[in-house]
Amino acid sequence: MKNKAKNVVNYIIFAGITTMVFLTVVIIPFLYGVYLTLTDWNGIEATKKYVGIRNYISILNDSTFLYSFTLTLKYVFFSVLFINLIAFLLAYLLTSGIKGQNVFRIALFTPNLIGGIVLGFIWQFIFNNTLPYIGQKIGLGLISNSWLASPQKAFWALVIVTVWQYSGYMMMIYIAGLVGIPQDIIEASTIDGAGQLTRITKIILPLLAPSFTVSVFLSLQRSFMVYDLNLALTKGGPFRSTELVSMHVYSEAFLSQNYGIGQAKAIILFITVAIITSIQVYLSKKAEVEA
Amino acid sequence: MSKKVYKDYIKFFTVLLISLLYILPFIAVIINSFKTTNDIMANPLSLPTKFSVSNYVKAAEKMTYLRGFLNTLIITFFSIGGIVVFSAMTAYLFVRKKWKLNRLVFSLMIASMIIPFQAIMIPLVKIYGTLNLLNNMWTLIYMYWGFGAAFAVFMYHGFIKGIPYELEEAAYVEGATEFQTFWKVVFPLLKPVTTTIVILDGLWIWNDFLLPSLILISAEKRTLQLSTFYFYGTYTADYGLAMAALILTITPIIIVYLILQKNIINGILKGAIK
Repeated sequence: MKNKAKNVVNYIIFAGITTMVFLTVVIIPFLYGVYLTLTDWNGIEATKKYVGIRNYISILNDSTFLYSFTLTLKYVFFSVLFINLIAFLLAYLLTSGIKGQNVFRIALFTPNLIGGIVLGFIWQFIFNNTLPYIGQKIGLGLISNSWLASPQKAFWALVIVTVWQYSGYMMMIYIAGLVGIPQDIIEASTIDGAGQLTRITKIILPLLAPSFTVSVFLSLQRSFMVYDLNLALTKGGPFRSTELVSMHVYSEAFLSQNYGIGQAKAIILFITVAIITSIQVYLSKKAEVEA
Repeated sequence: MSKKVYKDYIKFFTVLLISLLYILPFIAVIINSFKTTNDIMANPLSLPTKFSVSNYVKAAEKMTYLRGFLNTLIITFFSIGGIVVFSAMTAYLFVRKKWKLNRLVFSLMIASMIIPFQAIMIPLVKIYGTLNLLNNMWTLIYMYWGFGAAFAVFMYHGFIKGIPYELEEAAYVEGATEFQTFWKVVFPLLKPVTTTIVILDGLWIWNDFLLPSLILISAEKRTLQLSTFYFYGTYTADYGLAMAALILTITPIIIVYLILQKNIINGILKGAIK
């Protein structure tokens, strides 16, 4: 019995605060959030009515949400694709022993250290002022008007800045993977007469599978959740045409005061990301084993 | 042989070109931060005609830079301090005592790591708003403890598992309590993980925008990211000032990066690969 009491005291000393903050900041709000999606609460009135799954059904008919959701999927697809392509290319070049590779690595990694708000504003200036100026000077129609003023081009502007922001980070993950490949395997393949392309596709890529798993997972997660960059670069505009899901949830809850519906949309986002990343991790782990 | 040299040149210039593209936006902002708004409008590519820091002085004053900097520093410092101390102790208990409760809380923490912040923010604001705890730096710090706990406990847990128990046993023989043993014997050994956590959480909290924007309402409590955001919104037309403000905001991080680049890159990699 005395032992039991001692255990309780030990738990409180060592894990008491962590347990309390974890429960009150993460678990309780999350569970309460799930409950909120079943109500019609507007954030102001004290009373809220239980409405069952009506919020979820109304979301399925909400064309702004469906637009934002589809746009996010498209944005995630292109961002993840280009982040990883460029990151791999850079990592490959920067492990081939060229001059100054450390300086290049450090430079390319820099955008990743800066918050999305500042990055968004920097590029807003580039897209609104610098590029149109160059475009008008040299007569290049593609950039002579601000990309952020057109819904189509503003979307690509977002993708470009996202790729710029994260490819340096993912490059580091690929570099760590490439450095870990035993040099004798590469040499053996060269002696066997493998060309550069065969070497990349048959030997380096399969051995690099774990790096792909990590890097695709991280880029998926980050691009699904993007908010700061979206806010600073396009503010969702022009005319809500580049409002990605996070920003949509934010405006539904905090600007339109539809807390129940906003939270239901957040839960849908959560489930989508959980499913997509689990499938990705499952598939890439399988590929790792086969490789 | 010369074919290889030739190839290396192509590789070198490809990388050089891409790196320049990566760095150009920063250079454009730096150059324009020394120019007047009229000069920027006339030609955003021209070099400043005379060197003047007046944009910086004005921007720092209008965005209450020093205030924002101190607020961010305090919030980041206490958030990280709490995360490190509480999570290390928790992980230690979870590794050394295989109680049911410990396993339950630990699994809950691991599971919670897939919940994105966006799925918590609405009820979070509602609950802490009802309790009248918003617009308070300590509430924000408290929340960072909560959001940082799962990952930090997970990292420490993995590391402590590899520490041989014999080291602690020696301390117990000498009559030390568990609390003393942890701080004297175990915590110093955790330095590599602590470094990783300090770097990862430091970057996250220093650069975070969404959570502080929901919690901190009054202007004098704003972090650097918040004051940059509001400042830029108000002075979008005054490009010279806006550019100087952006440079002011990123300077502290860049300085730290230049000093600690190896540690920062390693820390981020370790966090990613887990």
